[in-house]
Amino acid sequence: MSFTVPSHLEAELDEITTHYPVKRSASLMFLHALQEHFGYVSKDAVEWTARKLGLQPINVYELVTFYPMFRQEPLGKTHVKVCRTLSCALQGSGELRERFCSKLGLDPHAHAPQTTPDGKFTVEFVECLASCGTAPVVLVNEELHHKVSSADADAILQKGKAA
Amino acid sequence: MPEQFKLITKHIDEPGYTPDIACYLRHGGYAGLRKALATPVRELAEGKKLSPQEVVREDVKASGLRGRGGAGFSAGLKWSFVDRRSGKPIYLICNADESEPGTFKDRQIIHKDPHQLVEGMIISCWANDVKLAYIYIRGEMPEGARLLNQALKEARENGFLGKNILGTGYDLEIHVHRGAGAYICGEETGLIESLEGKRAYPRIKPPYFPAVLGLYMCPTIVNNVETLCHVTHIVNMGASEYAKLGTPNNTGTRIVSLSGDVMRPGFYEIQVGKVTLGELIHDANFGGGLRPGRSLKAIIPGGSSSKVLKAGEVFKLNRKGADGQMAKVDVPLLDLPYDFDSLQQAGTMSGSSAVIVLDDSRSMVETLGNLSEFYAHESCGQCTPCREGALWLAKATHRLAHGEGRKEDANYLAHIAQNIQGRTICAFGEAASWPVLSFVKKFRDEFEAKGAADEAARAQGAGPVHGVKMAASPNHH
Repeated sequence: MSFTVPSHLEAELDEITTHYPVKRSASLMFLHALQEHFGYVSKDAVEWTARKLGLQPINVYELVTFYPMFRQEPLGKTHVKVCRTLSCALQGSGELRERFCSKLGLDPHAHAPQTTPDGKFTVEFVECLASCGTAPVVLVNEELHHKVSSADADAILQKGKAA
Repeated sequence: MPEQFKLITKHIDEPGYTPDIACYLRHGGYAGLRKALATPVRELAEGKKLSPQEVVREDVKASGLRGRGGAGFSAGLKWSFVDRRSGKPIYLICNADESEPGTFKDRQIIHKDPHQLVEGMIISCWANDVKLAYIYIRGEMPEGARLLNQALKEARENGFLGKNILGTGYDLEIHVHRGAGAYICGEETGLIESLEGKRAYPRIKPPYFPAVLGLYMCPTIVNNVETLCHVTHIVNMGASEYAKLGTPNNTGTRIVSLSGDVMRPGFYEIQVGKVTLGELIHDANFGGGLRPGRSLKAIIPGGSSSKVLKAGEVFKLNRKGADGQMAKVDVPLLDLPYDFDSLQQAGTMSGSSAVIVLDDSRSMVETLGNLSEFYAHESCGQCTPCREGALWLAKATHRLAHGEGRKEDANYLAHIAQNIQGRTICAFGEAASWPVLSFVKKFRDEFEAKGAADEAARAQGAGPVHGVKMAASPNHH
């Protein structure tokens, strides 16, 4: 089996498990860590988590399908999350997302996450990112960009292409 | 001219102020914790005595502090409901799952002054005999999670957290737990399920009141980030001094998140009730007015779930007259004091204190379409009326916003919403319904005109009338 969790990551997760009186509580933290390491949550990752926490795989799998942040397929290297909700929409986040999509050859009207064929970008419309005062906002991987203009969007794409 | 009153945000965005403990200590940080831990036993008149922890709990009650997360319930009363006789451990969870559309106040504290939250939490935990606590932070704030972990590490290294805190023998551990993008985790019983490693399906009350049957079926306190920060200030100032801030029954300060069609969107801390909605929108110290040439159309006053207020509305508020008697007084929308009680009397709520301003360029149909899509996406799916109804509302508003409406859609939307509210386990059913009911009621002419125009266009054989697209079509996974 090719699925191997590096020992340092396993040690980190073992430590996190001690934060909770009931091991099952660590599920979300496991899934975050595995997704960060492997790029997505695979079936193997679900089964590994279940084994580590003494759960049935379904107990873990149902989290992957419930929580929007978890992905079951690999993502683009640059993950662009454009906020869709009201305050950002009022400041043009719809047009912003269309710009990202059309510049990358993705469907500008599809809502679900889309990944470019070269695997460099995933573009997604997400719900409120809790920064409505600096709308429109875009979360690029782990970095939040505020008051994103068309020029800023192009700069994000440039950076992602070079990455 | 009314001004901000910076208690919680005193140092936030101050040049040179950093999130590390050295900076926090230089600015008087952790003095509140030291003061709380040194609280003397209080002798009451009837010969009864309050333990130091009971004194702090009583002071939080006496301060009048109301929860800053959305419900506005008395924080001291919430603490008083905790079952302290069960023999089970008591847990405290900081709700840092800030995700009510329009709200971005907790983000400021977490990212720019994390130790203020940590100190408030440690005092609150000590006052409630909590030994293990969690900060449930939303998954989309990875930087915030890192900053909080760093702050907790620094607090441990400085003896404020961990074993034998400041030599008092009190042990406490706090851990950061990350959510993963589900709005429903902001609902406290959903949050608890999520922290237990499950889907965030809210629990039914009764019997699952967190104060009795919360995390791991143990007594649990769930408090918002801002609420916990206030506890430190109540300890530092004393309950009676704190209660002088704000207005009666609406004490202290609140951080208002202002967004939408104003010149200066941002977060503004005010004494509760000392600033009006009109001042928040128009004054140079706050929103700075609307865009040039625009007039006000509507205000969403307390996060997207609150009922919308229409420009020009006048409300009947209970006010104490010169003779000391309560009387109904007419108060125009822009003169509404921004506090819990005034907004409630105006038929809405201050909720998470997020004000979204809409000017006359905005279509109320499209605005509602945007919000309804949010609720359709975020319904956890546990209760049928909400799971099906929220999606139904989103589809109907989307159709109306995109040229395929009918004149009867206003009634149709209200009918669906009425069949969701009150029929669900948690308040999400109301959150999804209230925007619909209030938009349709207050802007009925706009909804009916849009539906009639669509019908007329269809009758003439024209295709659907497409408005400006604000939101893509609902597509839910």
